[in-house]
Amino acid sequence: MPECRFAPWNDPNEKPLIQFKNVTKRFGTFTAIDDQSFDIYAQEFFALLGPSGCGKTTMMRMLAGFETPTEGTILLGGRDIAPIPPNKREVNMMFQSYALFPHLSVRDNIAFGLKRDKLPADKIAARVDEMLKLTRLEKFAGRKPHQISGGQRQRVALARSLAKGPKLLLLDEPLGALDAKLRQDTQFELMDIQEKTGTTFVIVTHDQEEAMTVASRVAVMDDGRIVQIATPDEIYEAPISAYVADFIGDVTLFSGTAMNRTPGAKPAAADASETEAEPAPQEAETPETETVETPEAVAEIGVPADPEAPVASDDPAPAEPKAAKATPAQGPQPNKLGLWLHDKVWARVFGPRTDIVRQLPPPSDAERTAKREEPETVPAETNDIPEGGITIDWAEGQPPLIALDAPDLEDGTQVKLALRPEKVGISKTRPDAVNALKGKVIDIAYLGNLSTYHVELENGTMIKAQLANTRRISRRDITWEDEVWVSWTGTAGVVLTS
Amino acid sequence: MRRLSWFNTTSLTLGFAFLYLPMVILVIYSFNASQLVTVWAGFSTRWYGELLQNEAFLDAAWVTLQVAVVSSTIATVLGTMAAYVLVRAGRFWGRTLFSGMIYAPLVMPEVITGLSLLLLFIGIGLDRGVLTIILAHTTFSMCFVSVVVSSRLISFDRSLEEAALDLGCSPFQAFRLVTLPIIAPAVISGWLLAFTLSLDDLVIASFTAGPSATTLPIKIWSSIRLGVSPEINALSTILIAIVAVGVIGASLISKRQLLRQDADEKAAVRAEA
Amino acid sequence: MRRVALIIVPYLWLLALFLVPFAIVLKISLSDIELSIPPYTPQLDLSEGWEGVKAFFAALDFENFVFLTEDDLYWKSYLSSLQIAVISTILTLLVGYPIAYAMARAPNHWRPTLLMLVILPFWTSFLIRVYSWMGILSTEGYLNQLLLGLGLISEPLMILNTNVAVYIGIIYTYLPFMILPIYSTLERMDDSLLEAAEDLGCSRLTAFWLVTLPLSKNGIIAGCFLVFIPVMGEFVIPSLLGGSQTLMIGKVLFEEFFNNRDWPVASAVAVILLLILIIPIVLFQRNEQKQREAEG
Repeated sequence: MPECRFAPWNDPNEKPLIQFKNVTKRFGTFTAIDDQSFDIYAQEFFALLGPSGCGKTTMMRMLAGFETPTEGTILLGGRDIAPIPPNKREVNMMFQSYALFPHLSVRDNIAFGLKRDKLPADKIAARVDEMLKLTRLEKFAGRKPHQISGGQRQRVALARSLAKGPKLLLLDEPLGALDAKLRQDTQFELMDIQEKTGTTFVIVTHDQEEAMTVASRVAVMDDGRIVQIATPDEIYEAPISAYVADFIGDVTLFSGTAMNRTPGAKPAAADASETEAEPAPQEAETPETETVETPEAVAEIGVPADPEAPVASDDPAPAEPKAAKATPAQGPQPNKLGLWLHDKVWARVFGPRTDIVRQLPPPSDAERTAKREEPETVPAETNDIPEGGITIDWAEGQPPLIALDAPDLEDGTQVKLALRPEKVGISKTRPDAVNALKGKVIDIAYLGNLSTYHVELENGTMIKAQLANTRRISRRDITWEDEVWVSWTGTAGVVLTS
Repeated sequence: MRRLSWFNTTSLTLGFAFLYLPMVILVIYSFNASQLVTVWAGFSTRWYGELLQNEAFLDAAWVTLQVAVVSSTIATVLGTMAAYVLVRAGRFWGRTLFSGMIYAPLVMPEVITGLSLLLLFIGIGLDRGVLTIILAHTTFSMCFVSVVVSSRLISFDRSLEEAALDLGCSPFQAFRLVTLPIIAPAVISGWLLAFTLSLDDLVIASFTAGPSATTLPIKIWSSIRLGVSPEINALSTILIAIVAVGVIGASLISKRQLLRQDADEKAAVRAEA
Repeated sequence: MRRVALIIVPYLWLLALFLVPFAIVLKISLSDIELSIPPYTPQLDLSEGWEGVKAFFAALDFENFVFLTEDDLYWKSYLSSLQIAVISTILTLLVGYPIAYAMARAPNHWRPTLLMLVILPFWTSFLIRVYSWMGILSTEGYLNQLLLGLGLISEPLMILNTNVAVYIGIIYTYLPFMILPIYSTLERMDDSLLEAAEDLGCSRLTAFWLVTLPLSKNGIIAGCFLVFIPVMGEFVIPSLLGGSQTLMIGKVLFEEFFNNRDWPVASAVAVILLLILIIPIVLFQRNEQKQREAEG
């Protein structure tokens, strides 16, 4: 991925092309943009992403010159652009409706801006030809906009806005009018053209998939504010708030109270007395003299793994590669070569391993689960969970969730755990995972390559799990109303404090 | 395909019969040889010949044509400006009054408009004649033009103008190069409307015309007050024919354009697939 | 600056040729008739300065308005105009709605032609359209010839020069104004609404009553205003088709002005007429504005 190397925003010496400095825009009493400051760098493909009415279009129209900021300044190449009218700005815009002039041919549409600059005719013709070639429109040069298809119109609009060679190209929902298949192709075409011309692109869109595909950085907006600016993978993997997590992709959110895990998991009883000195959690907290009998007590203590519980000791291979690396091999494990091959080769081709699905459950597991009642609520956890992280108390009668990479938090902080469905495994038998919860399949959304299972936990919470459909339908054994286990690793969820 | 119910067919048939029968009768009887309008006495074009000999009618027609061309042209310019102001200028001082002055003349009884303009012309000492008729006609027909043009401007995609600005046009260039060519059909039909209104008008012209200038409707009026006359039948037929040819021609042209556009679009979609 | 010029030119034109004339009408309606040129008094004489202005205002009075209330010709004319306008608006609606409805229900490829057929009379001379009825309705006219020929009547009917002829003339000439706005609201209506209503258990008739009619309300209102307001001041139709007993205020005003040359009374008649019409005009404008906002 070229974005990996192209990261001017990390370079303190890089001068941004565009700087928003405390920009506020009000329409009457309505605040469309609320005191925003951020930078866009040259050659970036910058996406403004948000639901309709979040102010993203206003942001773009201020760059184009159709709106002026109520407060604050916008600098383009270090110069305040407020006094420059739109027709004098080195900024061009591709409109959502394309705004192709219906009375002019494709060629004249593309030449329109060049003619305004009073360039000599041969230069204009040469530039128009260049643009026609870039957008593969040579055959349609003589047609009127209504004589070409939607995809071709989109390319005319792009060619027209690029013809003047602007410093900055603004794209307002450029692909909104195209159907799904064409949109995907066009996204790549757009990236290709952006790379070829080296123009800075700012795209406004409400389609998160589009933003993630094309952009080098995405700014997620909500209600006149930018919530997070980051690269697509950061936005997805490390959203800074529940809003961002929820807006980008599918997510299950658990709200609860965070507790720091004490180093070295100990028997629950011992643990309870040790943590006693820590800031007291909620009122439901049982006195230290009471011990493991109630599941609540186990839950509150935070590291509930009981070494005596049979579940932990003889369960084989843990679910996820990351956890696997940290755990001593128990049962069949990839050797070093296998791990290397996976990381360097297979992961690129097939994506990260989702071993949970393919793994054969230990034969005795089903019987064991069936036999026991109480231990079911005990989170399935091996003795070998790495230290650190937090536990999250999130519901009465449910085991606390464990999150290994969590920010430093005080005990008792209200947090949300955001969990992507593709990171959640689902199995009929109890898996050996850091977090495992029991529930019932309510709904299955079949998406072709993937299936999303909606699982209702015993306390009514819905959780989504996604599996790649590597087998034919008839071979899949999980179906509606099945009792299943959903599980995920200690690092799969993202802990959010806002 | 939808089919009309008997009720709808009946109402359309009766409705259009009601609208057209009187005119058809008028046209037929204009070819009547008899002096008595209501008695058929054989086919003749006698009254057309007499009409073309009638200097007074020809003079009046010429005055009417001049007034109509000049007033509808000024009215189109002013009306388009007014439409632009109504749709685009946003808020300004006296906007309500402005839009009131645009809409009121559409329904204002002509006797009131005519009387008030006459009193104005007398008040400022302007001699009644062709000029005063032109001023009066311009005033009320510019309102019709601005209604026609503004309804087109409302549906006009504003981003086209913004695109023109974005590509380096000054606001005036954007209007000349983008807006005007696109709204041209509405402007033209506004002009045609103003033109016919001016040709038609009797009441306002009666107030504002002086003895020096008589328009065709005034001339017709003074002839028919006394009853039906075969010459007027002939004149009416000519006027009806002109309008019919104009309107039918215009609608055929626009229909052909629509069909062509439709075919073009279909071809484009096919090309893409 | 261009924006200001753009606003100012049409604005000033309308102020000078639409609003100012009304002020003059108002002023003259407060003056008195006099045998001179112009035939009213007082004249504003600015050469006498402030005194002249004061004298001018002192001479204005409501005498003409008092006169209008005393002579029953005027208030009867107003009432009769109002009556004719209301009845003919209702009749035009009754005739026009089915036509507009049938047009909107017609197959798509017919509609442009039907629309053109409705618009065509609108482009033809108003005067000629009214005139065409004179030959039909007169005692020896085509209608009486037909009815006598068919043996339906033994004596010619007296229609021309009665209020019946006036109603026919109004319906005929104003029909396109009623059809067009109703048609444009009906045409925009989604067919599936009616299907939905029938699916939910409405009969055709109740579906029309509960869905179509309320949705065409704006068109009906616009059409009624477009007929009612100008008919109130109609002059041509009552003069050509009406008889001596047909009282319409537009005709009275015209005759007062041209035959009696009583400018102040004519002005007062116009002022009262305007006052009567101001409410419907404002309502009409509001309706238009609302629709524009809904569309824009």
